[in-house]
Amino acid sequence: MSAVTSWLQNVTASCSTVFEGLSITFSHFFRKPYTVEYPDRMETRVQDTLPFRYRGMLEVDLEICTGCLACERACPIECIVIDAIKDKATGQLMINRFDIDLAKCMYCGLCSEPCPTGSIHHTREFEGSDYSLESMMRRYIKFPVAAYKPKKTGEDDPEIIPVLERGMRFLDEFAQPAAKPASGTTSSSGTTSSPGTTSSPGTTDPGSGTG
Amino acid sequence: MQAFLDTLLGDAVGLERQLGYLAGMVVFGAVVVFGFVLPFAGIVTWAERRIWARIQSRVGPNRVGPFGFLQWLADGVKNILKEDIIPTVADRPLFRFAPYVVMVGFIAAFVCIPFSGDLIIADLNIGILYVTAVTSVVVVGILMAGWSSNNRWSLLGGIRAATQIISYEIPASLAIFPAVLLSGTLSMQGIIGEQGAAPWQWHMFHSPFTLLGFGLFFTAALAEGNRTPFDLPEAESELVAGFATEYSGMRSTLFFMAEWGNLYVIGALVTTLYLGGWQVPQFTYNPVLMNLAQMGVFLGKSLACVFFMIWLRATLPRVRVDQLMALCWKYMVPLAMLSVFGTATLMVALPNGSHTLRMATFAVVVGVVIRFAFKVRFHLKRSRALDYSSLSTGASQGLSS
Repeated sequence: MSAVTSWLQNVTASCSTVFEGLSITFSHFFRKPYTVEYPDRMETRVQDTLPFRYRGMLEVDLEICTGCLACERACPIECIVIDAIKDKATGQLMINRFDIDLAKCMYCGLCSEPCPTGSIHHTREFEGSDYSLESMMRRYIKFPVAAYKPKKTGEDDPEIIPVLERGMRFLDEFAQPAAKPASGTTSSSGTTSSPGTTSSPGTTDPGSGTG
Repeated sequence: MQAFLDTLLGDAVGLERQLGYLAGMVVFGAVVVFGFVLPFAGIVTWAERRIWARIQSRVGPNRVGPFGFLQWLADGVKNILKEDIIPTVADRPLFRFAPYVVMVGFIAAFVCIPFSGDLIIADLNIGILYVTAVTSVVVVGILMAGWSSNNRWSLLGGIRAATQIISYEIPASLAIFPAVLLSGTLSMQGIIGEQGAAPWQWHMFHSPFTLLGFGLFFTAALAEGNRTPFDLPEAESELVAGFATEYSGMRSTLFFMAEWGNLYVIGALVTTLYLGGWQVPQFTYNPVLMNLAQMGVFLGKSLACVFFMIWLRATLPRVRVDQLMALCWKYMVPLAMLSVFGTATLMVALPNGSHTLRMATFAVVVGVVIRFAFKVRFHLKRSRALDYSSLSTGASQGLSS
């Protein structure tokens, strides 16, 4: 008798479990798929959703690079190579070469911390796939440019001001993470040049900036 | 088909008439095979992947054409262009011949599958018997493929296919009997003709025994078509690809085309035997309109069956070999016997059938469907909708809700 009851139990159990399973799977027709169709069918690019301090691929704003070589010295794996020579005739510091080997870069962020102007900084770009190692070498200098020299009277070139302000934002993020709003932040909100801001790029280094 | 050709042929007599019939059937057969069967086998792969993906909260192929609809064409072209590799140790003639045997067994079934009241390639008076016979040819092809590949996985897959398909022939054939008994004919159109347009006039709802027969036939047909949960012959996680392991390019595509096309064969058989076939109410006397409506109804029912099979595939895990055999011999064969003898007894006891029993069976099924709807609602309410895409913005509101 027990054989018959267990047989019947098996029949009813298989029917009811299949019924239950079908109801669960059917309910999924009324739910949205979780798939995120990266990269081409996103509502917003992933890069735009990342935080400002995201350590993506490095970028250099040559307009405000002072040629101080702080980043080259800071880089633990020497992926940054800078050539800066003082031009005898004009007395200007000329940058002849500024290469970053992104294939070597380990995104530690040590180079962007000592940068006085925030010229070298991380972007939110992270899609670096390419066909050759050679193309990972970013050469920023096509022809020699004069290094940026902070003016005593404050920056007055309208093309440089926004770049400098952006650079200072990177710098503030690194140098004064928890401190009171630094001089750079307050003055950079106003577009007019103030002595405090413009002198700081040349003189401030991260350690003394808070004092 | 004959009646339809009669209207075309007019007053031709003798040999001309016979040739006309022949030409009509060949043309219609070619139209069915190339215009319906082969594209269907392709499209159902796309449909299956999409439906499957939605059940698993994915998107599925959606890049080629609208909603990825042309994915099957892209896959087909890819497969045709691939190299056709034959292993050196394989039994060459058998290896090359096997896919065609499978394909023939599958396509030959369409001779007897109706599309509407008049559209059927040949309405044989042994229709359902013929279909059961030719679909069994598939197992010969599969066994050939498994044997000739000279590969352990292939051989295991082939042997599994042989045991499975031959075993499940028995409950499948037994479960055909109730419908045949009720109709008193083996002809496909005859079986459909005995049913009505309203759902409770279908053979499925004649009595609890035919309802059981319907379920058994559906399950056994799944097993014969090597569908999950009975896809042991090509169990990917165990046997690589089973009997199709050594096949590549177009030959492997032929196997899979037969498998996916078989979904429609199963759906059409279930529709014919138990779901009322192409029956629609007589709303017009225009034969063309009538046939179109019948075709729509038949296709709709068959495709609903195909959808159900895909849905089952996404739901159930694969059974073990011993479970497969136990299910067949210990459960399905006795239940099929019960179904056959119950129906026969009922026909003797109530020669005109019982309307009350019909409506009661129908009510039970409707009740199950309503219960199912509540179950689905329950699962939807109980599940927490967690939208992972909102997490990528850095906001954590998705987790706390």
